[in-house]
Amino acid sequence: MAVNILGYMERTSPIHRLSGLTKLIVFLLWSSVAMLTYDTRVLCVLFIASLVIFSLSKISVRDISFVLIIILAFLALNNVAIYLFSPSEGVSIYGTSHVIWEGIGRYNLTWEQLFYQLNITLKYFVVIPAALLFILTTHPSEFAASLNKIGISYKIGIAVSLALRYIPDIQRDFRTIAQVQQTRGIDLSKNEKLIKRLKNVASIMLPLIFSSLDRIEVISNAMELRSFGKHKKRTWYSARPLLKPDFFTLIISVVLFIVAMLVTFYDGNRFYNPF
Amino acid sequence: MKEPIIAFNQFTFKYHSQTEPTLHNIDATIYQGEKVLILGPSGSGKSTLVHCLNGLVPFSYKGKIEGELLINGQNTKDLDIFTISTMVGTVLQDTDGQFIGITVGEDLAFSLENEQVPQQEMKEIVQQVAELVEVEDHMNHATHELSGGQKQRVSLGGVMVDEKVDILLFDEPLANLDPATGQYAMDLIDRVHQETDKTIVMIEHRLEDALHIEFDRVIVMDEGKIVFNGKPNDLLASDVLEQVAIREPLYLKALKYADCPLHSQMQLADLTRLELSASNKTALQQWSIVQDDATQSFSENILEVHNLQFNYAENPILQNISFSIRQGEMVSIVGKNGAGKSTLSKLICGFEQMDSGEILLHGEDISNKTIFDRASKIGFVLQNPNHMITKHFIYDEIALGLINRGYDQAEIDKRVIHALKVFGLYPFRNWPISALSYGQKKRVTIASILVLEPSILILDEPTAGQDFRHYTEMMTFLQELNANGTTIMFITHDMHLMLEYTSRSIVLADGRLIADRSAVDVLTDDQVVVKANLKRTSLFDLAQKANAQDPKAFVHQFIAYDRKVRKRWL
Repeated sequence: MAVNILGYMERTSPIHRLSGLTKLIVFLLWSSVAMLTYDTRVLCVLFIASLVIFSLSKISVRDISFVLIIILAFLALNNVAIYLFSPSEGVSIYGTSHVIWEGIGRYNLTWEQLFYQLNITLKYFVVIPAALLFILTTHPSEFAASLNKIGISYKIGIAVSLALRYIPDIQRDFRTIAQVQQTRGIDLSKNEKLIKRLKNVASIMLPLIFSSLDRIEVISNAMELRSFGKHKKRTWYSARPLLKPDFFTLIISVVLFIVAMLVTFYDGNRFYNPF
Repeated sequence: MKEPIIAFNQFTFKYHSQTEPTLHNIDATIYQGEKVLILGPSGSGKSTLVHCLNGLVPFSYKGKIEGELLINGQNTKDLDIFTISTMVGTVLQDTDGQFIGITVGEDLAFSLENEQVPQQEMKEIVQQVAELVEVEDHMNHATHELSGGQKQRVSLGGVMVDEKVDILLFDEPLANLDPATGQYAMDLIDRVHQETDKTIVMIEHRLEDALHIEFDRVIVMDEGKIVFNGKPNDLLASDVLEQVAIREPLYLKALKYADCPLHSQMQLADLTRLELSASNKTALQQWSIVQDDATQSFSENILEVHNLQFNYAENPILQNISFSIRQGEMVSIVGKNGAGKSTLSKLICGFEQMDSGEILLHGEDISNKTIFDRASKIGFVLQNPNHMITKHFIYDEIALGLINRGYDQAEIDKRVIHALKVFGLYPFRNWPISALSYGQKKRVTIASILVLEPSILILDEPTAGQDFRHYTEMMTFLQELNANGTTIMFITHDMHLMLEYTSRSIVLADGRLIADRSAVDVLTDDQVVVKANLKRTSLFDLAQKANAQDPKAFVHQFIAYDRKVRKRWL
């Protein structure tokens, strides 16, 4: 009875119908733009586009709320850290200083810094939906096939897709083991103090590791007995040929990529400066 | 005479990690198209033999080979595992663990993908094989969502896709299957054999269930040697099974109890064709008039479940379950794979929360109690001991629950040492757990629960994965615990276990309780048997064959008699 935290979610949507290869390439292009550009206009367009695409996929926010909360928490932490370590980054980038609030020492709060951090946050918001969509709408088997198609060894592809597939199994094992250990007083719930809780989690790792090792032995034997690794290449049962919508999507993405790059670097600077 | 397809000539194998050879001077020939059953207790070398046949020995498990093993006339020493796997297809024991593909279609295709078969051709082959093993309607289903029987069919299909494979090797195909599904799996294997004329080699220790289909030959192994190699009928008429401690079919045991002389012309391997002489029949009828035992009497209810209801993701998993367990009983929970047996025990222990209903322990409602609170009264032992063991040393493992409950050192010492003695683990008390056998580990896990002195113990498949000798040890041990006052419930697929050891069976099918009666009543009631995927006991069929007046009474008496006989052994 494991909860699906981060795995393929079956839906009928135009996004699901695209080939895994298309989605991988779009995802790579998409995230390179997000990494390269600090141009707020580009980021805003991409952000809105990613929301539209996400709603097309018919995956609801509720399905991914857990992962989303974790990511948002990290994002918040990241923002605080940036401010603590580099409170005047925005000033040095945009070359002006509009102080909103005088702080102690160098910790002045400036519009430039806020704008800079807004851009950072936007970058996250552009990449997150794309990354989630790629993982959630690509069937794990096609996942391996698409990694293989862009030149990654099929062994790595299969290893990644097996690992993804075992996440729910390992969650289930973990749950069972945790429950049984609770009967003997190893408590993982909030009733226990944090330090003790961490120690208890560590003691559950031993059975979890042993049962996972058993699993690995069985699966690697099973794979070997069915000729895995015999040849340098292999074919894929579930690889999908690229269809019209795939080509269409790919062309649009490449065009968008070029436009985004042009807009970003047009003035010789990755930053859009409203000041 | 057909061509020999597998030939062991003076074959000896020693693992590098061991000092003694696991297989000694094996000489055996298997011919093209034969159906061969390999029997043997654990440690007899039968798994190693399978590994030698499919190439895992010596390619994954290293060791030293003397003599030779020829497959299709080629010495396996000169081949590699990939070449061997194009001739020998293996269906592993653990159906869950051997799936690589995520959907049925994809898993069937796995070896074709590795052989670089073009996609179009691959899809055609996969479709044909899916039809052969009857999974063509489930091609897009995820493998882990299938029922036990469907999983078995997919794993068979996965090795059948390679047309060149002429030997199909089955490693305990019946483990983890409920009895009816097991029969179905055997029928399927038989049909595939008839349609394709492939050679079938099967390892299985559930002899009575395996004999559901007709084998050409049985090879019995013990301590790394072949102790019998011949027709099933000859084997059953001999005393080989008793010598190597393999459980004989119940009907055979009944014939022996009634002093019927056994010989191989009686068609002993197939109960439907079994030939009983007039004197055999009389012997069985007369034996069946032996006086029955007085029925046991029990005191008050220890556990009561009222109208329990449990849903998962809005699907009802258990509905309207009510039963009670009395102090001192030993009760089995049986039913289909996925009928909700494990879920029921998890609800009782508080691992899951029921949606409605009541669970009373000693008359007190425990619905709101935590797992920890319930655990001091209700002990739960998982099927896989590796899921339970968290410490490196036996003493620490058994003491863990007591330490966490704040007992003082003197009391902990007293209880742990007592438990070690009761469980026969005292000599190993300072050993690391990793050095113990599977059965010993299982004992450690039971001990670690029993030191908490629960009033009721729930075990999930206590004997799974153990051979008849260890099975008997484990059950004798549980019986002793029971005789000393511990109430015991266990979940099982094993009809023998249910019949021989439990006074009462709770039968679940599709989330409902469909029977709560004596094991004999359950296993002689065709309606319940069919609904819960069980199998009618062969004793009943034997009694009918012998024209016994009351076949059901015959079964009752067999069980009572058998218990007495076993008691004498203790």
